[in-house]
Amino acid sequence: MSARDNILGRVRRSLGVSGGDAQRRAAVVSRLAEAKSGLIPARGQLPREERIEVFAKYAEKYGATIARVGSIEHLPQEVSRYLKSNNLPASIRMGEDPLLKDARFESEPMLTVISGASDGTDVAGVSHARGAVAESGTLVLASGPNNPVTINFLPEHHIVAVRAADVGASLEEAFAGITATYGKGEMPRTVNFVTGPSRSGDIEQKIIMGAHGPRALHIVIIG
Amino acid sequence: MQITTPNFKENATRALGDAALQKALKNVEIGFIAKRLAAADALPEFEALRDNARDIKNHTLAHLDLYLEEYEKKVIASGGHVHFAETAEDARAIILDICRKRNAKTVTKGKSMITEEIELNDFLEKNGITPVETDLGEYIIQLRGETPSHIIAPAVHLNKDQVEADFRRVHTHLPPERDLSQHEALLNEARQVLRQRYFEADVGITGANFLIAETGSSVIVTNEGNGDLTQTLGKCHVVVASLEKLVPTLNDCAQILRVLARSATGQDMSVYTTFSTGPKRADDPDGPEEYHVVLLDNGRTAMLGTEFQDMLRCIRCGACMNHCPVYHAVGGHAYGAVYPGPMGAVLTPSLSGIEVGGHLPNASTFCGRCESVCPMRIPLPKMMRHWREREFEKHLTPSAARYGLKFWAFFAKRPKLYRAAVSVVMPLLSVLGGTSRRISSLPLAGGWTKHREMPAPEGKTFLQAWAEKQAREGGR
Repeated sequence: MSARDNILGRVRRSLGVSGGDAQRRAAVVSRLAEAKSGLIPARGQLPREERIEVFAKYAEKYGATIARVGSIEHLPQEVSRYLKSNNLPASIRMGEDPLLKDARFESEPMLTVISGASDGTDVAGVSHARGAVAESGTLVLASGPNNPVTINFLPEHHIVAVRAADVGASLEEAFAGITATYGKGEMPRTVNFVTGPSRSGDIEQKIIMGAHGPRALHIVIIG
Repeated sequence: MQITTPNFKENATRALGDAALQKALKNVEIGFIAKRLAAADALPEFEALRDNARDIKNHTLAHLDLYLEEYEKKVIASGGHVHFAETAEDARAIILDICRKRNAKTVTKGKSMITEEIELNDFLEKNGITPVETDLGEYIIQLRGETPSHIIAPAVHLNKDQVEADFRRVHTHLPPERDLSQHEALLNEARQVLRQRYFEADVGITGANFLIAETGSSVIVTNEGNGDLTQTLGKCHVVVASLEKLVPTLNDCAQILRVLARSATGQDMSVYTTFSTGPKRADDPDGPEEYHVVLLDNGRTAMLGTEFQDMLRCIRCGACMNHCPVYHAVGGHAYGAVYPGPMGAVLTPSLSGIEVGGHLPNASTFCGRCESVCPMRIPLPKMMRHWREREFEKHLTPSAARYGLKFWAFFAKRPKLYRAAVSVVMPLLSVLGGTSRRISSLPLAGGWTKHREMPAPEGKTFLQAWAEKQAREGGR
């Protein structure tokens, strides 16, 4: 008997059930297939324009800064402005994400753009969030060929672009979006839900920003 | 770790006399309680979400065998490996084997209570592999050779000055005249020291807050980002999780996420909630080449179907210990086991046996605050009572307590005699109270009066006072 069989056997003995019980199996199969949404709080059910307001409110509560630009071509300018106003070098690390490509960073000739995964030396990284969750001020970032996970964690400053239309109301909406992109039950390697910059309260419960991840999170809402 | 649970009394006495510890413990009382309350109050649906969270775990536990099978299938389909471990020893051997196959020299670790439970660090070191804790609190206690005193704030028993002294002792490559007087400086130093370690690591080990059967994902919920660096930069990601971390679907996970961070730290969401599914994909620019999940039983299947099954709903938020007057007074180390506080008092005897952990359920005033704040509505006091009963039945209760209870039971079962005895003793105690109305020493109760005075009774028994009140009000 393998450890697996022993453990499954013990679960069944303790519960007084059998693995072959069709009714139990049907209950599990239908729950996984339907994947019903549970209770969504009222603040996770807002109409579109209110979502952005609430999203910004909670993101700021957790220490993020917010800017909103009219269209994606304005992103490079906003990135330059952010770097300048924080006295940071004009250099960013960025993946090959299509939305970020559309931004045409060539419009900011003073800005150096390094592509690919972060090696830990970058001061600022730029990412595209596939969605956001208004109820908690959370960004949703998915890994992929053009979206390195390291950019979300290694640079000191993380600048994240999210399209206004992608700001959802609830966690459930974010999951539904992932399912729509990747298929039912399928996920990219990494999905990061990010709510504010990194922090730790491990010394005397005093909250200090910038523990291992970014010290600052700047969100640029597009549109 | 050396389990010192049977010495709880001695541990507690020492803790009460430890001035540095007492100062540090004040942070638990001040910080956590108000933050949780504010977060819970700000969400009108919070209580209903607690009900849903409870129901989701109850359903999962009732079908745990089937969800484990479904989860396993999904992990394998996404290119990962699942290892079942019946005991702590099995889990350690599986992890060592994975490390050996990769010729691992260094292992980075995200915060994981399960790896504390299986005492992984000691074992890896003995086998020539260096484990590096990367969570700030875990890093600090690793430097000190200590175990966590709290499940989400492992170094909550320490003050800033102690951390500074440890950093100066260990980080000898840094200039001795550097200023470490502020919290920020300490955090920055740890950040710098650990940064390089992530890149050097052959294997990154994390725990899991949830395992999702629908997708085969493991989920970690953190604030620092160290767990994410651990599981992204390590060439191989090993998740160590106990069986009961399973939830059916992403949407089920959403229900529990809404109560987890609020109950733990008072945040609406923790900073990072990360879903990991399998190893990096073919064209991914970063991420681990291998993904393993070690599923640990270690006594949990024996809790299913018993009065302790509800304990398997626990999501390790720490709210029970944050609200526990006993924890506030003595801290986590006094419990002498991996899991402190009320959840530890229930779990330790289940995992380590009543002979070892049976004493802990006595470390409770039964005030009920733990149950009132538990996001999963685990009836912690009731389960502590179950353990006390078992301890009594097994004759593990100290003889003084046994005889005391028998003596009391004799009278309690004979109401007339009880009333007669009490009506003699009460006036006597009242006289003993003198003008101060306090009794500072009592025969047979020296242990109790050593630390506090007993208020003197008014001279009448409750029933006498009640009867008089009824007579005054004309009776009913």
